[in-house]
Amino acid sequence: MKTLLANPVLVKEIKLRFRNMKSFTGILFYLIAMSIFVFGFILLTTSFSGSGYFRPDESFMLFSMMTYIQLGLILFITPALTAGTISTEREKQTLNILLTTSQTSFQIIFGKMTSSIAFLLLMIISGLPIYSLVFLYGGVSPNQLFVIFLFYLLTLLTIGSIGVMFSTLIRKTIVAIIATYSAMIFLVAVTGFFMIISMQISQMGMGAASFSPFTHFWASINPAVVMFTLLQPAYANEIQGMTLVPLPLWAGYFIVYAGLAACSLLVAVKRLRVNMNKYK
Amino acid sequence: MIETVGLTKKYGSFYALKDLNLTVEDGTVFGFVGANGAGKSTTFSILATLLQPTAGDAFVNGLSVIKHPHEVRKQIGYMPDFFGVYDQLKADEYLDFYGASYGLKPKEREVLIPKLLELVNLEHKRYEYVDLLSRGMKQRLCLARALIHDPKILILDEPASGLDPRARVEMRDILKELKAMGKTILISSHILPELAEMCDSIGVIDSGELIATGSVADIQAQLQSEKVMRVKIAGPAKEAMLFFENDPYVSKIVEIPEKKLIQFLYRGTEEDQLILLQKAVARQLPILSFAEEETDLEDVFMAITKGAEVK
Repeated sequence: MKTLLANPVLVKEIKLRFRNMKSFTGILFYLIAMSIFVFGFILLTTSFSGSGYFRPDESFMLFSMMTYIQLGLILFITPALTAGTISTEREKQTLNILLTTSQTSFQIIFGKMTSSIAFLLLMIISGLPIYSLVFLYGGVSPNQLFVIFLFYLLTLLTIGSIGVMFSTLIRKTIVAIIATYSAMIFLVAVTGFFMIISMQISQMGMGAASFSPFTHFWASINPAVVMFTLLQPAYANEIQGMTLVPLPLWAGYFIVYAGLAACSLLVAVKRLRVNMNKYK
Repeated sequence: MIETVGLTKKYGSFYALKDLNLTVEDGTVFGFVGANGAGKSTTFSILATLLQPTAGDAFVNGLSVIKHPHEVRKQIGYMPDFFGVYDQLKADEYLDFYGASYGLKPKEREVLIPKLLELVNLEHKRYEYVDLLSRGMKQRLCLARALIHDPKILILDEPASGLDPRARVEMRDILKELKAMGKTILISSHILPELAEMCDSIGVIDSGELIATGSVADIQAQLQSEKVMRVKIAGPAKEAMLFFENDPYVSKIVEIPEKKLIQFLYRGTEEDQLILLQKAVARQLPILSFAEEETDLEDVFMAITKGAEVK
């Protein structure tokens, strides 16, 4: 682990990322926006409810909304942070020199990937004190928060790996960014659309009481749906019951996303020294 | 030692490199001459493990670049013809990053970095951002970077391209120092004539094929079948012109009246040349000087690659 964290690319990238003020101002504005949202929500709820206090179910609602906001943040920022990691080096003509050092392709990809997602992780962690406000009002267990953070981490890793893969495969950063956003849109919107279609088809064929296993599949790879089931576990059981698939949605999500991340990283590592591939 | 055996690189039907056989002995400096697109950078990229050859193999200290690329990387210091630097990284951090990339420990890097910066005359720029350095400074820093892991072999692709005359001289001095340190250097350059004095041997490459190799003098002798002779005449040149024109080894004779010179191409041997001079003296021609025109490497290169006449 120590060797992995002493990765020269990782150290250099972190140094460069935090040397300019952009990263700090980014985090600052994110925290300001989150604070305005949280305190605004609490203020409005307590002012208009007439009771003057913040109830646990309202606290849970706030927690759910913040969770979705952060998921949106991960989905939209990760492609931009990772899709230029290798292609920028290529465009700046620094990649060839890097490839002639003793570092293995895995070390280079790992360093690039970790440094990119480290920034986003820092952003999420820096928001934890604001998140922890919900504990003051109840309605949310620390265990739930922990599960949500693991979910974030997996989503981050997967989208990040896809970004690094496209950055390795595609020469131009802008095209790599577009490809990564397309993959993200597929995972978020297209799978959701397919899930709805699959539900409609099932309802027409089998009646409202049951769905086809395809519904379970599309639901299990859609981050918004899986997030919803993590926040409302009862719905997860309901989907499982209706599709008759014994696998929990989160387990399907874990298998597919961990597999996607591993495959993407493998492709990136294999294709980094593309000109050293035989018969090229 | 560097050795290439039947090294070939093909892109479709186009040969970027064709059956290149080359040996560079330990501690020597080998200059690679060729026009743009001749195959120099392709050769260097293969040696630097950045490109897989279509056929053949290259060996660095006996290690195959195809079978042991990771080991080869530790043995070589590579400087590409075009390279970029990272923004917001200082000169010492730049070297530190590459030192770490070669697995050097922090304490080793701490000792090495000032020495390398001193070698390339950049010790005063140690804490400057690399993207703000001049082109010549960046080239020298890149050379220091190539030396960070103390490689025995240096592969330098056009290290002096785009530099002003002062920067070129500085680069040449550093290369001389590296030669004195016993490094094996493979270098390509458009200013090879300037570097000819430090090259133990050169190779001329054209359209992917090595067309001549050897010492600078050998190559000149090998490739020049005709010498350019210049004769300075005191007085009218008419009689001398007639005399030289009648020699069977002389061709393309011209008079340069403003310089009182007669210039011609000569195909004969040194003995023939001596006889010709003795005859001219016996005829009491007013000859002030009779000399072979000096040709430099650039002339030879131009003659070989373009089939042009020498001067």
